[in-house]
Amino acid sequence: MTSSLLQSLEVTAPKLEYSLLAPLIIVLTGACIGVLLEAFVPRHRRRDVQTIIAGLSMLAALLSVAFTWAKGTRQVAALGSVVIDGPTLAAWSGLLVFGGMALVLFAERRVGAGQSSFTPMAAAMPGTPLERRASLARTEHTEIYPLLLLAVFGMMLFAGSGDLLTMFVALEIFSLPLYLLSGLARRRRLLSQEAALKYFLLGALSSALFLYGAALLYGYSGSFYFSDIDKAISVGQQSTGMLVAGLGLVTIGLLFKIGAVPFHSWTPDVYTGAPTPVTGFMAVCTKLAAVVALLRVLYAGLGALRWDWQPLIAVIAVLTMLVGAIVAISQSDIKRMLAYSSIAHAGFLLTAVAGASTSGNGLGAAQVGSTGAILFYMAAYGFANIGAFGLVMLVRTAGGEATTLSSWRGLGRKHPLFAATMTLFLLSFAGIPLTGGFVGKLLVFGAAWRGGYAWLVAVAVLASIIAAFFYLRLVVLMYFHEADDEEVVVARPGIQTILVLALAAVATLVLGLYSGPFVKVLTEASGFLR
Amino acid sequence: MNLLETVNPVAATGLFSYAWLMIAIPALGATVLLLAGRASDAWGHIVATLAPIISFVIGLVLFVQMLGRPVDQRAVSVPMWDLIPSGAWDIRVGLLVDQLSIVFVLLVTGVGSLIHIYSIGYMAHDPRRRRFFAYLNLFITAMLTLVLANNYLVLFIGWEGVGLASYLLIGFWQDRNSAAVAAKKAFVVNRVGDLGLTMAIFTMLAQFGSSSFIDVNNNAAHLSHGWATLLGFLLLLAACGKSAQVPLQSWLLDAMEGPTPVSALIHAATMVTAGVYLVVRSHAIYEQTAAATLGVAIVGTVTLLFGAWIGTAKDDIKKVLAGSTMSQIGYMMLAAGLGPIGAAFAIFHLLSHGFFKANMFLGAGSVMHGMNDDVNMRHYGALRKMMPATFLTFAMGYLAIIGFPFTAGYYSKDQIIEAAFTKSFTLGLLAMLGAAVTAFYMTRLMMMTFVGQKRWLDGVQPHESPAVMTIPLWILGVASLVAGLVMNNWIGGWLAPPTGAQVDNVGLFHVTATGLITMALVAVGIFLGWWFFRADVPSTAPVSRNPFTVAGRHDLYGDAFNEAVFMRPGQALVAGVDVLDVKVVDGSVMNSAGIVGGTSALLRRVQNGYVRSYALTMVFGTILVGVVLILGQIG
Repeated sequence: MTSSLLQSLEVTAPKLEYSLLAPLIIVLTGACIGVLLEAFVPRHRRRDVQTIIAGLSMLAALLSVAFTWAKGTRQVAALGSVVIDGPTLAAWSGLLVFGGMALVLFAERRVGAGQSSFTPMAAAMPGTPLERRASLARTEHTEIYPLLLLAVFGMMLFAGSGDLLTMFVALEIFSLPLYLLSGLARRRRLLSQEAALKYFLLGALSSALFLYGAALLYGYSGSFYFSDIDKAISVGQQSTGMLVAGLGLVTIGLLFKIGAVPFHSWTPDVYTGAPTPVTGFMAVCTKLAAVVALLRVLYAGLGALRWDWQPLIAVIAVLTMLVGAIVAISQSDIKRMLAYSSIAHAGFLLTAVAGASTSGNGLGAAQVGSTGAILFYMAAYGFANIGAFGLVMLVRTAGGEATTLSSWRGLGRKHPLFAATMTLFLLSFAGIPLTGGFVGKLLVFGAAWRGGYAWLVAVAVLASIIAAFFYLRLVVLMYFHEADDEEVVVARPGIQTILVLALAAVATLVLGLYSGPFVKVLTEASGFLR
Repeated sequence: MNLLETVNPVAATGLFSYAWLMIAIPALGATVLLLAGRASDAWGHIVATLAPIISFVIGLVLFVQMLGRPVDQRAVSVPMWDLIPSGAWDIRVGLLVDQLSIVFVLLVTGVGSLIHIYSIGYMAHDPRRRRFFAYLNLFITAMLTLVLANNYLVLFIGWEGVGLASYLLIGFWQDRNSAAVAAKKAFVVNRVGDLGLTMAIFTMLAQFGSSSFIDVNNNAAHLSHGWATLLGFLLLLAACGKSAQVPLQSWLLDAMEGPTPVSALIHAATMVTAGVYLVVRSHAIYEQTAAATLGVAIVGTVTLLFGAWIGTAKDDIKKVLAGSTMSQIGYMMLAAGLGPIGAAFAIFHLLSHGFFKANMFLGAGSVMHGMNDDVNMRHYGALRKMMPATFLTFAMGYLAIIGFPFTAGYYSKDQIIEAAFTKSFTLGLLAMLGAAVTAFYMTRLMMMTFVGQKRWLDGVQPHESPAVMTIPLWILGVASLVAGLVMNNWIGGWLAPPTGAQVDNVGLFHVTATGLITMALVAVGIFLGWWFFRADVPSTAPVSRNPFTVAGRHDLYGDAFNEAVFMRPGQALVAGVDVLDVKVVDGSVMNSAGIVGGTSALLRRVQNGYVRSYALTMVFGTILVGVVLILGQIG
């Protein structure tokens, strides 16, 4: 239907399905209002107003998603540019929940004695009197909240886009705010700015590759829509050179955002340099949006090329898991360790992508396929990750966050609740039973296994063992070592942050103990529309 | 052999769908008390006491509804959720409310409620009373999970939960070294039993692909004899640990370090009987294996004599009762090991024991309460006038345990002895001997505590306990007297479907030769108990050379046995494993870890911080993708 629309020369006003697109519209409107408010609201009121606007728009969007989900409408919207299907709705819910949790971490000021994790004046050169004055005046960049909303909007569009062009635009919409946010750390600003620049340059490279790939796919099929590309492949009258090259380049663009090896180099530097709340947000939401987009491109658009991309993704998965897990071992900074850990998790996710265990591929109705498994994995990983980065924010010395691993020594004895919560998240990362991470790994590996990638599961289990080492080493550091740095304290966060951390911990446990209903819901939501 | 085919449970409707509330309410109570902290010091015990009462009411309503249903619709399954979505294995959380579990629910919540009420008075002056009540609620939660589970895996969660609650409560007075050590001992010994249960569950999953009672019962007949025997012995090991049966009995006597209401609830009425429940629940497996069934009966018989022997030699009133508990559970195990003819009596005796033993433990607590927490019976004497209510209610329990005609113990215990005779003359004779010894040590306890001369220590002013403590005593005392009359003609038929029991109901006034001989032996026991302790009892235990007494006072050398057989070889094994670990395992692990670590350091160098080299990496990556795709095209 969409291609016929495009081909006809007759111009008709597009009819938009506003109720289905409401989540996107609400978030974007919230962001625009936020930008406007910057001009009108007095400086000292902005933070409160902005957080409320951001929080309310995400909540309203979440309710709207829930409404559509409950109503059961699954259709192509906005002239085929946005696909409202199960994965889209699941990704949107995830993005809004995790985005909302990140928002609370963005706004957390109590741990820094009234100062947030963001620089008071980004335009001031690091270490100059101007910066010091801004710091003393307690100025803040409240633009971070509209930026967060814009990023969430871009990610939502990215996960739900129905054609390559929308996908590319969405990619840029969420990348630009992230580049900016990465450079706004309060401490170690040079590191932060360097990270932002690196992220921007490499991001530009990957965008270029993605766009080139999209152009090649257009050249092959004559359309940007996944449905048309799929049709063109099944007709298959042309030579496949352009098609395969396009597949490779588009995939690279997406793998970059997921942080898969060898397109991961930005991850450790950016995760370390960016303000910790931004790191938590990127680690969860970017990955979630990108993995759903990857699934959509590969399953809905290029499903017929399965035999071409399955080995490719498998090779990338092996590299990603092993490099992530192995390099994490020799890290001495917790944010860097978590960065490599997120790389390893991207690898675990890719095993299920490679398995391609879908209903179009001989999967029984009651079984959990690749998409359902990945969505569950992202939920478990997301809660644990937001929680872990939230806890990283609390470990401080006078100079700000203490991110070296050695400052975590002995925290178990001094701060039992803190250490227990962190241990829970680490155990979930490591995939120990009774946590969400275990069920997620089980499902993801199961999907890979059913897809005929048993050898990949073997490698994945090996990588999990290696990964368990550095997670458990942190547990050992917290519980079985004496603290040697008396300056390190665990700051008490505000009540909202405590609630977010509690939600993360409870969700990690619930997903481990009471996974059945969630797996069922996500399995039902795992069918892509074209 | 199983004539009564297992009845498949019907789906839950109405109130049965809310059976989980019985578990959730005490769980909520424990959570509130533990999380609210000192804020709940003032009202915590009230909330905690209400929790089991509400669960009891729910249980009672379910029980009444169940009574009104036809037999084949009494067992109700309440599925909850998938614990782990795992392809072939059935790992689900669900409840089973049937004739067996409902009587346990009533026992646990009924006796539990009374003990909560009693504890309000008993722990009134303890600064950590709220914590105590939180642990009690935790225990009720775990125990109900244990008995309401519809599969062994969920049962195991409850099994470990009661173990944890028991550990916390034995060591409740943590400032006492003896309490801390006793708690640790209970935990360690129970691990041995738990190993049996976990191995049994693994075996079931491997053999049946499921650990639910229904699947296990229905498929047990297809089990090969070897597997059935293995399963039977693994479950017996588990039961021995939890129920303090020989050879894992040694922890129970030390567990008396806990507050007395704990001893009454956990270490007499409910938790320690979980082993009996396990064996009865697994009757389908034991029907396939004569060897394991005989093993159960032998363990039970040995323990019933063992416990009785210890009971005769102790001066500590709680340890006498602990020995007696072991002994009475021995009777239940013996009954469970008799197969279909005994299964119902095992539960029958379990219930009546739950009443009379909880009653006597609480009575002992009441005595201690009036005697400044002294537990040595040689410092008691002539308390019947000072504590009339305690004395009268204790006497009711006494009559019940020795099997005085028409009391609870008379019906439940005598039928076990008779059933034992039909199975084996030796087992029957030993069980009968046990009854006589029981009568002896219980008479001794009564004589030393309530009769005779005052031997009170200076400054002790015995006094009756407050009503909040004596009212539960009266209720339990009356129950000890009448429970047998009420249940005798009913319990066998009621329990037949879930336990595979085959019982011919005998009348209330049914008299047999075995019964008469037993009664005569009991009378001899009472006479001897009176004869030896009618005169003055010395305030300090006389040095005895009588080997029986010496052995009894040393718990029949249970600890020495553990030390020689388990601890020292265990230590040697650990030392050996340690050497092996350091030399061999660590060597290989460290080497491979070294390789991984070396790789890690190498790979780390690629991350050099230069954005140009990162971009180069990406270009190489792009080439790699191209190569893989081209290879795919060629291949």
